[in-house]
Amino acid sequence: METIEPLLAEHPIFHGIDPKYISLMVGCASNVRFNAGEFVVHDGDKDNEFYLIRHGTVALDVYSPTKGPITFLTLGPGEVMGWEWLVPPYQTQGDARALDLVRAVKIDATCLRAKFEHDHELERELLKRFVPIITERLKALTIQLLDVYAPRAHKSSF
Amino acid sequence: MLEALQHNGWTIIGPKVQDGVIVLDEIQSVDDFPIGYSDRQGPARYRLTRRANKAVFGYNVGPQSPKAVLHAARKVIWRGKKNDLKSQETAEPLPHIAFVGIRPCELKAILIQDDVLLRGPYGDAFYAARRKNLFFIVVNCGQAGGTCFCASTNSGPKADSGFDLSATELMGNDDHRFLMQAGSRRGEELLASLPARPVTEEDLKESGALFAHAVETMGRTLDTHGLKELLYQQLENPRWQEVAERCLGCGNCTSVCPTCFCSTVEDWTSLDGSEARRERRWDSCFSVDFSYIHGGSIRQTGMSRYRQWMTHKLAAWQDQFGTLGCVGCGRCITWCPVGIDITEEAAAIRSSAQQKEALDGND
Amino acid sequence: MTPRPFRVKRTYAETDDTFTLELEPERPEEGFAFAAGQFNMLYAYGVGEVPISISGDPLKPLPLIHTTRSVGLVTEALRRLKKGDLIGVRGPFGTSWPVIPARGSDVVIVAGGIGLAPLRPALYHVLRNREDYGQIALLYGTRTPSDMLFTKELEQWRGRFDMDVGITVDRATGSWRGNVGVVTRLISRAPFDPHNTVAMVCGPEIMMRYTVMELTKRGVPESRVFVSMERNMKCGIGLCGHCQFGPSFICKDGPVYPHDVLTPWLRRWEI
Repeated sequence: METIEPLLAEHPIFHGIDPKYISLMVGCASNVRFNAGEFVVHDGDKDNEFYLIRHGTVALDVYSPTKGPITFLTLGPGEVMGWEWLVPPYQTQGDARALDLVRAVKIDATCLRAKFEHDHELERELLKRFVPIITERLKALTIQLLDVYAPRAHKSSF
Repeated sequence: MLEALQHNGWTIIGPKVQDGVIVLDEIQSVDDFPIGYSDRQGPARYRLTRRANKAVFGYNVGPQSPKAVLHAARKVIWRGKKNDLKSQETAEPLPHIAFVGIRPCELKAILIQDDVLLRGPYGDAFYAARRKNLFFIVVNCGQAGGTCFCASTNSGPKADSGFDLSATELMGNDDHRFLMQAGSRRGEELLASLPARPVTEEDLKESGALFAHAVETMGRTLDTHGLKELLYQQLENPRWQEVAERCLGCGNCTSVCPTCFCSTVEDWTSLDGSEARRERRWDSCFSVDFSYIHGGSIRQTGMSRYRQWMTHKLAAWQDQFGTLGCVGCGRCITWCPVGIDITEEAAAIRSSAQQKEALDGND
Repeated sequence: MTPRPFRVKRTYAETDDTFTLELEPERPEEGFAFAAGQFNMLYAYGVGEVPISISGDPLKPLPLIHTTRSVGLVTEALRRLKKGDLIGVRGPFGTSWPVIPARGSDVVIVAGGIGLAPLRPALYHVLRNREDYGQIALLYGTRTPSDMLFTKELEQWRGRFDMDVGITVDRATGSWRGNVGVVTRLISRAPFDPHNTVAMVCGPEIMMRYTVMELTKRGVPESRVFVSMERNMKCGIGLCGHCQFGPSFICKDGPVYPHDVLTPWLRRWEI
């Protein structure tokens, strides 16, 4: 059986981190797997966890009653799923679904936040690593929102 | 001289008074020239006036330049049938044209259009054909107009080269004469056939004084020093917005400008669709459609369109063709309905850039 | 300014609003040669003329292949052409993708939407001369899965072991199993050495802007990132003034430029 510690240390988000933080987090981490089609989280879940994806692809969807699920982002190995745990009300936005066999490390955010109360350095370290992820998503979302490939509404002379 | 040219088969095009302005038109005899006329020009202002003397070329420039002849406002560039797409457009026989009485700035403008329309990887065949059989008799400017600034753009008041003959009209002491200079073999030959006497020191002194006076009294000046860099750095200067609020976007400046060359193509079909033609016509960067790509126009605001025009003339042109795209003829100032003045705008941008620099320095 | 007559050999839809024309010259003896990235002016009889990039193989220039989107009068007229119809062609015009200078480097091709069409000739070239290049990556993003061009070829390219193909869509519904997210997200994961890479980028201007940012973030110098620009064109040969962009005419100084040349102009509005 694999121990969690090296899995945490290997994941890109914790690249170069002081091993003492890994040791602190291990208690909140668990190894998980999802089969294709299985939901990882549901829209509106009280988000008390995030996932370090090690294998497979997770799709983030918003469900529309008329169009079905609309996928707005897919995440793969080396990426992190879930940042809502950082700010109240710690509630997930969108459904997350495994597209194929997904292996991940799940971090219990309630457990982690409890550690933050005693260890602000750990909190700072994690924020430093999550903020770039959030800004990258925001930037990507901006471009997506612009719908740059969309056909223009009116017909031109060309 | 005119007869000699006509005898040799040249169609003469020169200045003529028509509808209250001086236009370029076919000249039959000396009487067609604007003898005894002058023009008074200012921003949005042009008036023909009478002179006290009988000077033939005693005015500056009218709204038209030789561009109207060489780079026609409308030109069918293709005509064909649906079933073979072969061009039915046969090259029309082009007259040999002698431009008599064009100005040094106008000659310079032709040389500038040559750079644009002939020197690229693909020349403009229609322009090249028109450009081929031309004879230039330039008349230097012995007086400056109210909107002229050719001394700043190094394109007048006296032409240095590019002509077959140049003439300077001297009106001293009841002794109306032309100081002629040949600029080509053909020019020399024509000159030799004319009644003339050798040039004297006095003649040169008199003409030199005229040019000096013209430079001194020129209505406008343009500081070209570092102008390209200045304008490239000042693309967001608030002055562009101010001028845009006055600009009507009418495109008068581009149609009177002797160097503006932009064109578009219109497609036409016969009613039964069996024949079609493509017609090129002058276009203006002041129209919103000019920069249209699918989805919208790039230059939506008047600000950006004025900026495009002026920075092209005074800056980008230098990068593209090695010269200014402006010859200081002043037409864009005279014929702008609201009197926007390119020299004033350039100066305002320069001074506001300097002021800002000074302010930033104090902070 | 006189178009050469070509005849439509074949025409087919790529997606709902995009289509491909295959054209054969009426006078084959005159031949036709082009470099990857160049465009032609296509004249739809009586309707008008538009610049369309060439999307075929430079080594097999005939039939001449154009893939484009129907967006207006002229392109719609082109879409409605049938086998055997006549069409006017002027070209090829403009600059090309730097497939020769890129020899010895990794090649990253980033395409957005219809932007894959002008890049396909470059891809044909580098794949045919595979040993001349290091890693080859094709990163392609579209709006939805059904907007994807050249799907059969994309499958073949994905099957190759000597190139890396990343495909993503901005939004997906139904049966799509691939990536969802903007194409810029593929860049950080693509295998190439940023210090020895030539990137070729084509797509909507906003997509190109963020792609260049992502490439430079990874360390690719802007002088080695090439983009293909679009502006209004009437003549295609630097005479009509419509495609002016800063100090250049896109039809003759472009459409393909090294990005560093454009940077000062792309950062200003309404240039």
